[in-house]
Amino acid sequence: MRRLLLFVPLGLFAALAWFLFKGLSLDPKELPSALIGKQVPAFRATILDSQQPVDQSVFEGEPRLLNVWGTWCPTCVAEHPYLMRLAGQGVRIVGLNYKDTDSKAIAWLGRLGDPYEVVIRDPEGMIGLDLGVYGAPETYVIDAEGVVRYRHVGEVNDRTWNGALGEAYRALLP
Amino acid sequence: MIAEYGLLALIMALVSAAALTVIPMWGAWRGSIAAMHSARPLALSLFVFCAISFAMLCVSFLNDDFSLVVVASNSNSMLPSFYKFSAVWGNHEGSMLLWILVLASWTLAVAIFSSDLPVKLMARVLAVMGSISSGFISFSIFTSNPFARHLPNAPLDGQDLNPLLQDIGLIIHPPLLYMGYVGFSVAFAFAIAALLGGRLDAAWARWSRPWTNVAWGFLTLGIMLGSWWAYYELGWGGWWFWDPVENASFMPWLAGTALVHSLAVTEKRGVFKSWTVLLAIATFSLSLLGTFLVRSGVLTSVHAFASDPDRGMFILVFLLVVIGGSLVLFALRAPAVDSDIRYGWLSRETLLLFNNVIFLVATITVLFGTLFPLLMDALGQGKYSVGPPYFNAVFVPLMAVLVPVMGIGPFTRWKSDDPKRWNKILIQGAVACTLAAAILPWLGGDFNLWVSLSLLLAFWIGAGLIGDLRLKAEGRSTLWSVVKRQTPSYWGMVLAHLGFAMCIISVVVVTQWNVERDLRMAPGDVAELAGYRFEFHGSSGVQGPNYVADEGVVTVYRRDKRVAELRPQKRQYKASGQVMTEAAIDAGLWRDLYVAMGESIGSDGAWAMRLHYKPMVRWMWIGATLIGFGAFLTVFDRRYRKVKVSAPQEALAHA
Amino acid sequence: MKYLLMICLALCSSTSYAVIETYEFSAPELEARYQTLVEELRCPKCQNQTIADSNAPISEDLRRRLYQELEAGLSDDEIVAGMVLRYGEFVRYKPARTGVTLWLWWAPWVLLLGGLLLWLGVVLRSRKARVSLGDKQDQIEKLLKDNT
Repeated sequence: MRRLLLFVPLGLFAALAWFLFKGLSLDPKELPSALIGKQVPAFRATILDSQQPVDQSVFEGEPRLLNVWGTWCPTCVAEHPYLMRLAGQGVRIVGLNYKDTDSKAIAWLGRLGDPYEVVIRDPEGMIGLDLGVYGAPETYVIDAEGVVRYRHVGEVNDRTWNGALGEAYRALLP
Repeated sequence: MIAEYGLLALIMALVSAAALTVIPMWGAWRGSIAAMHSARPLALSLFVFCAISFAMLCVSFLNDDFSLVVVASNSNSMLPSFYKFSAVWGNHEGSMLLWILVLASWTLAVAIFSSDLPVKLMARVLAVMGSISSGFISFSIFTSNPFARHLPNAPLDGQDLNPLLQDIGLIIHPPLLYMGYVGFSVAFAFAIAALLGGRLDAAWARWSRPWTNVAWGFLTLGIMLGSWWAYYELGWGGWWFWDPVENASFMPWLAGTALVHSLAVTEKRGVFKSWTVLLAIATFSLSLLGTFLVRSGVLTSVHAFASDPDRGMFILVFLLVVIGGSLVLFALRAPAVDSDIRYGWLSRETLLLFNNVIFLVATITVLFGTLFPLLMDALGQGKYSVGPPYFNAVFVPLMAVLVPVMGIGPFTRWKSDDPKRWNKILIQGAVACTLAAAILPWLGGDFNLWVSLSLLLAFWIGAGLIGDLRLKAEGRSTLWSVVKRQTPSYWGMVLAHLGFAMCIISVVVVTQWNVERDLRMAPGDVAELAGYRFEFHGSSGVQGPNYVADEGVVTVYRRDKRVAELRPQKRQYKASGQVMTEAAIDAGLWRDLYVAMGESIGSDGAWAMRLHYKPMVRWMWIGATLIGFGAFLTVFDRRYRKVKVSAPQEALAHA
Repeated sequence: MKYLLMICLALCSSTSYAVIETYEFSAPELEARYQTLVEELRCPKCQNQTIADSNAPISEDLRRRLYQELEAGLSDDEIVAGMVLRYGEFVRYKPARTGVTLWLWWAPWVLLLGGLLLWLGVVLRSRKARVSLGDKQDQIEKLLKDNT
């Protein structure tokens, strides 16, 4: 009996080792969105350029992408051409201009092109905060009822569009 | 060429380590005296090659050889020479080489000081240490080569050592820590050797004790330095964050404390043999686990080295072999039958067993808390965080449960004791403690229940030690004659326990009575804090060897007498562009005054300033230093000196 | 200028900034609650730092939101629940006392109980050991040790 007890530490270690092994293939820094499966949080803002009011109903009707960007973010510049391509293919993208200045943002879009259906202004970052944004670029997939389906942190490119992000979007198409 | 010599030396070290693993172990198995005696020269050879390799890396750093990847990533021509030297271990590859060197040093030390060990035991111990060296040197050569080159495009200058590491505390902290972590490999090796040889007895415990105490002492000092460094360097006045890497060093310390006490029991009374062996295995296993956690990237931490799952895999396999193997050996060879030695309900054995239980519970609690996020993620349950609010809430009560027992432990007799023997002295002590705990807090200002309780616990430890001396003095001439007769081992225990008491007081007082204010101060502004007046005189630019800084001047007054002039800085390091806050501290035995500059606000020279009043914060580090030195003191005890071994004894030992 | 300091996703903020916020609170209890909560919330982006210690932009925003919610009169529970809603349980350094993290809060006490039972078991077993030779046992052991 006692001999059996002496095997307990080994058993515990084996369990620990299994978890450590699993841990090696995980990324502790990756943080999935807490809003997946939930409605886009309510907000009231204005649109870049026209200053028209806009709220969360802008996401209703069709599946869309929500792209969080800023002129201060180099990766956003890198992914922008790809977003232009997607927009050209008919993908509806709503932009969230995060913690930025209007004049800079308008000039930036003028220079690099505007793939966005509409660009929501978020100079203070409060809408981003409600969405759980922690940096840029981030891209959300939102369905026709305004429910968040997926969040991708980082650049949108061929690999990600052929991967989970794109699949999440394509799953919503009729 | 120097780097290539370094790599060659490292390879030779691996050969020595492999030989050290195999030959003496085979010798012990087959009874070949010659093979067993080869252990000592092989240990020397291992050390020499490791030292050469390390020296070559140092030379490369000091000579600014930026063709080496590690030098280019962690050093810079403008870096002061002192920091170029410490940059050697300010990165993953270099610190691994330091680990290897420290392990080789401990191996050599065991080889030198083992002349009174039976040959078989000595051979096995050194062979086990050789096997651990083999693993780490392989890890270094195959996955973390410090001598890898950037050729053909060697950069012209380096990326500089992280400014946070450009500090004396960070220079000494890793070596001390490694002396501790790695030192526990000796206790581990003794445990394995004893299991292999089937001789688990009091003699084994006596041989293990000095090595274990010294390693534990070093680890204590290493952790203390880390805490002190975080306090004065990081600019927020904190000193422990329960970060995974901090916990990785704290868990071996907790298990090591249980081990140090358990060895005492096994040495004196020959009981708890299985506990002690398991603790020896566990403590070193936790050191290895710490290495894995810090370098594999499974946990997020500000301290973590650049992580790499491939390296993590190597270490994990190494863990499986070493820890798994030793636990299998333990399960098969540890005594299944308890020794027929009785001890009473109230005896030092039972009290020390209680100590073991508490420290093990603490270790497992910290382990569980640290790994919980990983556990949940691996089970697909989502992402969680476990931080200081949790650890503080569970750790403090555990220690509080321990301390009452810690007070009476030192004077409780072995085997069986009768409380009637010390009831009177105990009650006197308890009354004195309660009075002191009730009255003293008023000196600090307000009565505070937690401070009072902490004083009660800390004085209880002191009362126990005084009570012990009084009991020893009963029936003898004078207290002084009793004091003179005590051994270094005893004084080591006294120092360590007193140090612990100081830590308790410090931690609670500083947590409860710490006063902190964040405010905007323009030149000429005055702020009041805890009876001190802080006057800000504006800031000016200064030049450092490799940085430029804004230096503020703050004069502190108490009751209109000038107490200190503090010069906090906001530095920008030229090579990396990194900005750093250098807090200014007026250190004192009873309180620290702490000033840090945040951001410059507006254009009138105003800054966001943080002012701290931290009472008795130094006691924490002084206490920890006492614990470390107490541990070192114990090895000077006469019983560890060379003992003349008689012929029959020697014959028995070789059996 | 401020935006140039903002760090993009892949990079992480350095710990070397002392983050000193100079919020003015309308009541001292609010400031006290702020000091506590700011140490309990995790910066979603950083390498294991509270929002108190981190100078990442998201951290600044969260501190500001915390200040606003405190001034607006929300309770501690409501504030934390709001943060969890947006960022998940990841953002709490003090694990919830419900759900799977309840294991964390119970574990130390369960372990302690287990440890004490083990302690009891060991002590009782020693008392059941073969009856010792009494006082003579120590003497005999000493004689044996001295003569080998």
